[in-house]
Formats: sequence, C-alpha cells, structure tokens
Amino acid sequence: MNAPVNALDHSAPAGQANGIIDCDIHPFPRPGAIEQYLPERWRRHVAEYGKFTYGMYAAIGAYPRFQPYLSRRDSFPPNGGAPGSDVAFIREQLLDRYNIAYGVLEPLLGGNASRNLDEAAALCSAMNDWQASEFADPEPRLRASILVPQDDPEAAVKEIDKRAGDWRFCQIQLGSKTTEPIGRRRYWPIYAAAQANGLSIGLHVGGTFSTAPSAGGWPQFYVEEHHGLVHSMQNQCASMIFEGVFEAFPKLKIVLIEGGFAWAPTLGWRLDAHWAKMRDEVPQVKRPPSEYMRTNLWWATQPVEEPEHPEDLRQVFDWIGWDRMVYSSDYPHWDFDDPHQAFHFQMTETEKRQVFRDNALSVYTFR
Amino acid sequence: MTVLPSGAIDCDIHPGVPEIKQLLRYMEPFWQESFVARGLDGFDMMSYPPNAPITCRPDWRRKGQRPGSSLADMRRDALDAFGINLAICNPLTGGQIAVSETMGAAICSAVNDWIIEHWLNQDSRLRASIVVPAQAPYLAVEEIERRASDRRFVQILMPVACEMMLGRSYYWPIYEAAVKHDLPIGLHAGSMYRYAPTSTGWPSHYVQDYVANSNIFEDQLLSLVSNGIFVKYPSLRVVLLESGVSWLPGFLWRAIKTWRGVRAEVPWVKQSPADTIRENVRLTVQPIDAPPDPNTIERLMQMIDSDRMLLFASDYPHWQFEGDKVLPDGLSPALRQRIRIDNPLETYPRLKETVQ
Repeated sequence: MNAPVNALDHSAPAGQANGIIDCDIHPFPRPGAIEQYLPERWRRHVAEYGKFTYGMYAAIGAYPRFQPYLSRRDSFPPNGGAPGSDVAFIREQLLDRYNIAYGVLEPLLGGNASRNLDEAAALCSAMNDWQASEFADPEPRLRASILVPQDDPEAAVKEIDKRAGDWRFCQIQLGSKTTEPIGRRRYWPIYAAAQANGLSIGLHVGGTFSTAPSAGGWPQFYVEEHHGLVHSMQNQCASMIFEGVFEAFPKLKIVLIEGGFAWAPTLGWRLDAHWAKMRDEVPQVKRPPSEYMRTNLWWATQPVEEPEHPEDLRQVFDWIGWDRMVYSSDYPHWDFDDPHQAFHFQMTETEKRQVFRDNALSVYTFR
Repeated sequence: MTVLPSGAIDCDIHPGVPEIKQLLRYMEPFWQESFVARGLDGFDMMSYPPNAPITCRPDWRRKGQRPGSSLADMRRDALDAFGINLAICNPLTGGQIAVSETMGAAICSAVNDWIIEHWLNQDSRLRASIVVPAQAPYLAVEEIERRASDRRFVQILMPVACEMMLGRSYYWPIYEAAVKHDLPIGLHAGSMYRYAPTSTGWPSHYVQDYVANSNIFEDQLLSLVSNGIFVKYPSLRVVLLESGVSWLPGFLWRAIKTWRGVRAEVPWVKQSPADTIRENVRLTVQPIDAPPDPNTIERLMQMIDSDRMLLFASDYPHWQFEGDKVLPDGLSPALRQRIRIDNPLETYPRLKETVQ
C-alpha cells in the first residue's frame, strides 16, 4: 500500500533545460573554511567565545541528534571530510544522479543565531562569501542563500543589497525560529529589501532558539522537539498574515522549507474561522488569511508527509494548490527525500513539472 | 437518575466563574482575609478575556453579566436549545494558572464548592470537571481526593499549557489519581503563560495566541506519548477540549514518521503513536476548524479514521458556530450518534452510572 511510486519515471531526458530544482541542499564547511572569510577580529572572537547562541551548550543545540552531522551514512565523501563539504561528491551523489538543474544551498550553521549582533553580521557575511566562492563558483548549478543577521535589520539590509545583483545568490534565508514572531515590524526592512530586489525568502526550520520549544515548556526528547519545529512554521505563517506583512509587501514570496505541509490547509481553515470573529483586532488583514497563503507562500516538500492512506497526500496537495509546492531533498541529511521514492502516489505529467521545476522557477532568482 | 433516550451529551460547557468576592465564603479564613485585605480580584484568564468575541457568542451575551453566569440562560440557549441530556461543566478560572501554588489551590477548591451549590445541585443534567491547581501536583491530588466521592465530578480539568510539558514525571501523581477514580484528564485551550504563547515568541494579537493553542495540544500529545504515559497508565483517557480538531490527521502522520525515524530514543513507545492516540485520546467537536462544505468534513473524518474519538460539545457560551449548528454537515447518521452519545459514555465512566 505504501509502495513508492516513481514520480519521475516519465520525465524528460537529462539536461539543465529540463532538470529538476532542489530547494534544500545543506553545504558544510571544511575545517577552517568559514574562518578564512572572517576578519581577524572576528576570527579571534569566534575562537574564544564561539557563536554565543541562545542555549545551554557551547557548541551544540539543546536536543542531541540521532546521526553524526544529521546525515545519511553514505554521504561522507570518499576523500574525507563531512557530508556536504565536497562539491565533487555532491555532484556525483546528488546533482548528476538526479539531473538537478539548480540546487538551493541552505547553510544551517547558526551564522544568524548569535546573541551578539555584530558577530552575527560578520558570520553571515563570511558564510555568504564561502558559499559563493566554494560552491557556486566551481558548480554553478548550486546557488547560494543570502544569510542575514535578522535581529539587526539595518545590517541585514546592507548584506542583502551587497549580494542582490550577484548571480550566485538566489534567495534570502531566514530561520523559522526568530527572537520575535517574524511578522513583527522590526523585521519589515528585510521584507522591503527582498521585495525591492525581487528576491524570495526561504524560511528554513531552525534559527534562534530563544524561546521555549512549546508554550507548554521544554519537551524531554528529540522525537518531540523535532516534530515541534513544524509549529514554528505555522506560527510564522500566522504572524506574517495577521501583522499585515503581505498587505504592506504584496509581492513578497516566502518559501517554507523543511517544516512539513500537511498542516497548511487546516491552518488556513483555522485562521479563517477565528479571523472571521476577531477581525476587528487586526484591521490590517483585508482578506481571509488562507488567501494570503495562496498568493505569497510556497511549501518545500521534504520531509514529505506520509499519510496512512497514500492518496490522502494528493488531497493535501489539492487543498494547498499544486502551484504552491516545490521539491526539496534535504541532501545530505538523514531524512533525505529521493525524488523517485518519496511520493507514494502517482502525479500527472503537469503536476510533476509544477512540483519538480516550474513552481521553483517562478519563485527563485536563477540568473 | 437521568434517563438518556436520545439527548446529546455536551462535553464542554462553561459556567461563568464569578468574581473572587463571591467565592470567599468557600475559603478558609486566611484566604478570606488575604483577598479582602489585599484588595485582590480580576483573576480572569488572559486566554479568555471576558469581553473578547470568542468568550461569548454575541446573541448569548447579556449586558452587565459575565459570560455564562446565568443558569437560566444556559438552560434556554444551550441545554434546551440543543436537546442536551447531560453536560459537563468546565469552569475556566484564574486559580488554575496562579503563580502561587496555595492561592491557586484556594481558588480552585472554592470554584469546585461553588459549582456544586450553584450548578450541580440546581440542574440534574449537569456534571462537572474538578478544577485543580496543576502548579502543585500534590495539592491537585488533595483536591481530587476531596471531590472524588461526588460522582457528579467526572473529569479532572487542566489548561493545555502548564509549567512543564505534561508527560514529565512531575505530573504523574495527578494521572495516578485520575486512573484510581475513573476520571479522564481534560485539557482545555488556555495557558498559564509561563512561556511565550508561540514557539517563535510573543505575537501582537490575541487571535494569534488563540490559534496557537492547537500547537500546544499537539506538543502535549507528543509529550504524553513519548514519556510513556499511556504505557504506564493504559486506562488513562485524555480529552482535548476546544482544540480545533482538523489538525489531527496531519499531526498523526508526522508523529508516525518521526517516531519511525528516531524511536530508538524512546524504546518504551512500542506501538505507533497514532494507535496510542486513537485509543487513549478524545477531542470535543467545537470548534472544528474546517470550511462549512460537507465534502471536506467527510474527507477529514476519513483521515481521522476512527469513529470513537470525537465528542459532542457546544462550548457554550464561547463563540464557535451560529444558530444550532453544533455538529457540522457531512457526518454520517451513525457517526453523529457515536459523537452525541456513545463516545461520551465510553469516555467518561462516571456518566454511565446515571444512565438507566
């Protein structure tokens, strides 16, 4: 019943002109790689104080993970180093193998998570140089994300303006966990810069873990916390809609990455139902909340939902809208979604084109 | 004893808890003096501001009255209007969220006395949840023991967001008392506000706090399942009150998937979380966040894939639906029967005692 359906069986032959687009690839630095792009002052600072994030451990997150580097066991490059650190092996194991036309780099290195805003700005800038020089330059199918110190919007906008015209960057990245809900006005300069530059924003799960993982407190286990990250995405959707972000920036494009999507239709219903009663509290919201979800939001597919009845996944796609879904693999992480294996129901040719390619082309800036 | 030929069982109805001064007579002298001497009142929960639209449906609001405070109104607008034979009162009180353990316990205990006198003794259709200070599980257990012999108390009531995640061992004494006395645990939307109301911080608007309740229900189910609460207390029933319902299928799919990936972390969780939740967890049907179209409800019911989980509830006087549409269109007659009567009777062992 849950046998995989080869979604790409009938897709067009290889080549960048018709290859698929992968919205979530995680690059990882070789030892010392980021540091070489940092000014000496910050190199020393990072060496002494670390990234100084919100949390209890100096170097790792609160919830111990389940795999070294969060990665597939077979993704360690044969020439050594960490998964995602060797362009040649990414090419072999991912880009060539699955005929990927463009892959969006999503570094999860906590550059923007420091409580020290100057450190965050320095790290983001260094990581931007690193992605561009060590990934996009040698392999132009890989495109970088503009990392920004979002809690210092002025510095964030400076970084966006610096990178916006550079072909190697295709989006701005923010974490799904921010120190304040992401719709609040302190972040609006970032949206103004994104809209002005025609750049989409990829909201990837993670970010600054500055609040309890739940309004009910701290879960005990990773199995809870990992699932709970989905809620940060839901909160950010609600926040952007209710704070009026999409009224102020109607052309803003937000891609929600690695936060699941089966919740999207039901969240839309919930927002609509309660907005209908309490809209006098949020006069800046002019349309039913679910309508903004259909014009300004996209969902990356990984980790794909696996309903108990596989056809229910088609229902979820129908409810969200086929034009809103973009494929992502999460390479090289452990819960990687193989484009041939991940979807347990049959898509039509048109649907495949939308999910694996066309929708992403309408969102990202590939030059 | 009430006879139950056809009437529905309302599993979430809210008598409006009065101001502190009307509860003083149920308190010990120390607390009577404290509240008066300190001039303390205004313990309404931030989760339900008395004048917010959600807290009272416009046509049920009476000028100058606290929402749900009149039994005559409740009879006319809910019990009689919806053909309800039994209704479980879930009082929402600041006692449940007070920072002070003993002050919280004093208010909760007074509310339980008040509900006996003003509601349970006045209408034989009414039952109630025991309001407890979950801030102090030992005091919560004392309150449960004090009330358990009155079989009209059919459930233990807690806000869905407390001081710790509810699977933590800190709360186990409450679950032990629940199982011992055939009392399900009712988790109601609402928060102690010990943490930011969303996992991304403090939103600007009440409506955002309110919709984020569904996240907390999910978090607590994960906590209860992952901490092995239903392995340790297999007969424990947890009822989610005012949760929104439609989030359930997507949540179950992800819970199964994540558990499959990292179940080695919680080896005592031997069966799929979805199986456990379908067995041990129930949800009241107001609100049911979905479009009014019957096909969507039908698809949702197929995805929930259990005719045992949903419980009839009006959520009176909270504003969730218009007219008498307590149940949405799109439910089969058999499922309606289960939701209105059979499921509540199976969930609350003490309700059965009143059925002939």
